[in-house]
Amino acid sequence: MDFARRKEELVKEFTPMLEKNNLRSKIWIGSLIVIVLIGFYAFFVQVTKGHTVTGMRDNVVWGIYIINFIFFVGVSYSGAFISGVLHFMKTPWKNSVSRIIEIITVLSLVIGPIFILLCIGRLDRLHYLFLYPRIQSPITWDIIAIMTDLVGCFLYLYLTFIPDLAIMRDNAGENTPAWKKKMYKFLAIGYQDTESQRNRLHKIIRIMSAMIIAMAIMAYTVLAWIFSLTVQPGWNSSIFAPYFIIAGLYSGVSFIIITMYIIRKYFHLQHYIRKVHFIVAGAVLLIFSLLYGYFTFSEYFSRWFSHKESDNNLLNTLFTKYFWEFIFANYFGIIVPVIILFFKRFRKIRYITIAAIIAVVGMWLNRYLIVVPTLETPYLPIQDTRPEFIHYTATWVEWALSFAGIAAFLLFFTIILKFIPVIPMSGIIDNERKALADKRITKNRRLK
Amino acid sequence: MKDKKAEKSDANRRNFLRLGLMTGVTAIAGVSLANKFSDVEEKKPSGEKMRLLTPDGKIVEVDAENINMYPEALVTPEESRKGIPNRKFVMVIDLAKCKNARKCVEGCQKGHQLDYHEEFMKVQLIQNNEESSPYWFPKPCFHCDEPPCVTVCPTGATFKRDDGIVLIDNNRCIGCKFCITSCPYSARSFNWGHKDKFDNKDIPYSPETGVPAAEGTVMKCDFCPDLLRQGELPHCAKSCPMGVIYFGDKNEDMVTNGEETVRFSTLINDRGGYRHLEHLGTKPNVYYLPPVNRQFPLERGFEVEEEVQERYKDVPYVKDLKEQGKI
Repeated sequence: MDFARRKEELVKEFTPMLEKNNLRSKIWIGSLIVIVLIGFYAFFVQVTKGHTVTGMRDNVVWGIYIINFIFFVGVSYSGAFISGVLHFMKTPWKNSVSRIIEIITVLSLVIGPIFILLCIGRLDRLHYLFLYPRIQSPITWDIIAIMTDLVGCFLYLYLTFIPDLAIMRDNAGENTPAWKKKMYKFLAIGYQDTESQRNRLHKIIRIMSAMIIAMAIMAYTVLAWIFSLTVQPGWNSSIFAPYFIIAGLYSGVSFIIITMYIIRKYFHLQHYIRKVHFIVAGAVLLIFSLLYGYFTFSEYFSRWFSHKESDNNLLNTLFTKYFWEFIFANYFGIIVPVIILFFKRFRKIRYITIAAIIAVVGMWLNRYLIVVPTLETPYLPIQDTRPEFIHYTATWVEWALSFAGIAAFLLFFTIILKFIPVIPMSGIIDNERKALADKRITKNRRLK
Repeated sequence: MKDKKAEKSDANRRNFLRLGLMTGVTAIAGVSLANKFSDVEEKKPSGEKMRLLTPDGKIVEVDAENINMYPEALVTPEESRKGIPNRKFVMVIDLAKCKNARKCVEGCQKGHQLDYHEEFMKVQLIQNNEESSPYWFPKPCFHCDEPPCVTVCPTGATFKRDDGIVLIDNNRCIGCKFCITSCPYSARSFNWGHKDKFDNKDIPYSPETGVPAAEGTVMKCDFCPDLLRQGELPHCAKSCPMGVIYFGDKNEDMVTNGEETVRFSTLINDRGGYRHLEHLGTKPNVYYLPPVNRQFPLERGFEVEEEVQERYKDVPYVKDLKEQGKI
């Protein structure tokens, strides 16, 4: 089989997707930019007027910024975890989804930390974290972990891009603008897809895939510790780190399923992203939803059963003021996906995606219920404070910035897909090459 | 032969250099270690001399660099990290005497240039259990010996001094609010927006006064070290008309509320002094004397402005009182 020609074919197949520029995509990109710009305006308001424009006050000092931060970093970490496992185990059908997962991993890790910056009162002093670092502080650990994770994930994403960048460089059509060709050439760093280069790259990717699993677990554990190392009633829990790890995987897999669904629909990739991918992802999601439900149950059950006064107060807040949120996050958000994924007759692409959406929304709410009610129910009851300081409601600034974060995520995703095909072409070729080699081996055996 | 010699001398030189380098490094390390362990901080002389009159009438010449340019009892952020030598400050609050007169709150607000709605000292209405009657509970920062806020600070903006005081340097604070979430006593507050008083640069900022405060940074009760340096009591203790708040030095084993001075250990032992939420292991430096033989009925505490009354409306006991029409 002539692989050079096959590459050309693949480029021809995928280039229209990169250059897809119809009205719908223009409206899509335009509205994303508008949402991001509104976010910028909200940020401007927050910087000039101070944090008074947010709903955060002396008791609830962390609001939906922190929740978004946990959420995005969780998605990223689980993306790294899953992608690492797929690569490391050399899963055969991974090729069609691996790039989606890798892009999700890196982008959410870029967007997530922005939310923690929004939470900081003095952004002008951010460099103090490096000027006067205190290694005893979990925040310092978090910074180290997230920066390491970010570098690792970037490297990993780039490594997986190299063969495709080389293919794009070698097969650039006449329509491709010169700057794009130059960019491909620069980024492909002289990769020629020779036997030795290929082996070396595969080896590096394999090592990196194992490393980012470790880095991701570390980063998310440290994030959970930011809460669990304090003495606060709802946070000081020894299962928080593993709980966060499972919860992160739960939301991450759901996020991947939703993205797969959208990309499959939009680019008409039914040939590549097949039902089997959804079924397998659904099975993985089922496992995680059961684990997540188990952890959630253990967490709240032990608080309820031992009924320490502080825990009682917290549960009281959860079951009065946050009743419906609690029901949605921790009953509906777990049981419904479990039912959908458990019964074979529901295992259709559409139902699996609906389960994933419910899981993502439920997860976000679950994080809200971990952060806000705890801060509203401290050891010493909130008294002798002005009424507007007692409860937390997010303001438009916070919502605008949250949606801007999501929009920025989608925008970057769209832009990346303008440069590189969403299905790794090199992966298709590798699979075909391997199939050919296998065929040869069996043929030789037969001849013997 | 010549080459060998050259090589040998070369090697010698290399050894010499290595040795020199190593001693150098050791010396530097030694000096820096010695500096760390000795309390005296050496300052570079500026060359400029100043003449001063000592209390016993002698004229001495000192280096200009050694003069504290801050007004009396105001220390620089750098110096404020050390603490007042040989002191271990402690506060004792006698719950039997408190009637929520709120003079401590107001005195503190005045002393720290706080607004009406900002308070370092809060007075809570606490009920230990359903059978016992509630009592007024003034709550400053507890200046813990194992302060969770200090442990989690990523920049060292909040720190524990040798004299037991926990302070915040708002020049260093980045406003991450982690200390607020980690304090189990909700003792800290945040400057959410800009206020005109922050621009007041008449007196230089010192962590010991906390004035002027800064936007986007954390603040809290600081035991008023500027007053302590002048031998005075903190604002809250000074302004309490009932003598609820005793303040003193654990090393001297003495506390005073301005009227009577008592032995700290006797007071705690005889009157059953305790620390709030002892089980959290934070080791507070604020002790409470239980509300026994109370001097005022609880209801006296509601003789305050309506706005302040409203602040206790969610307390179950207050709800009951309201239903009975007692307040």
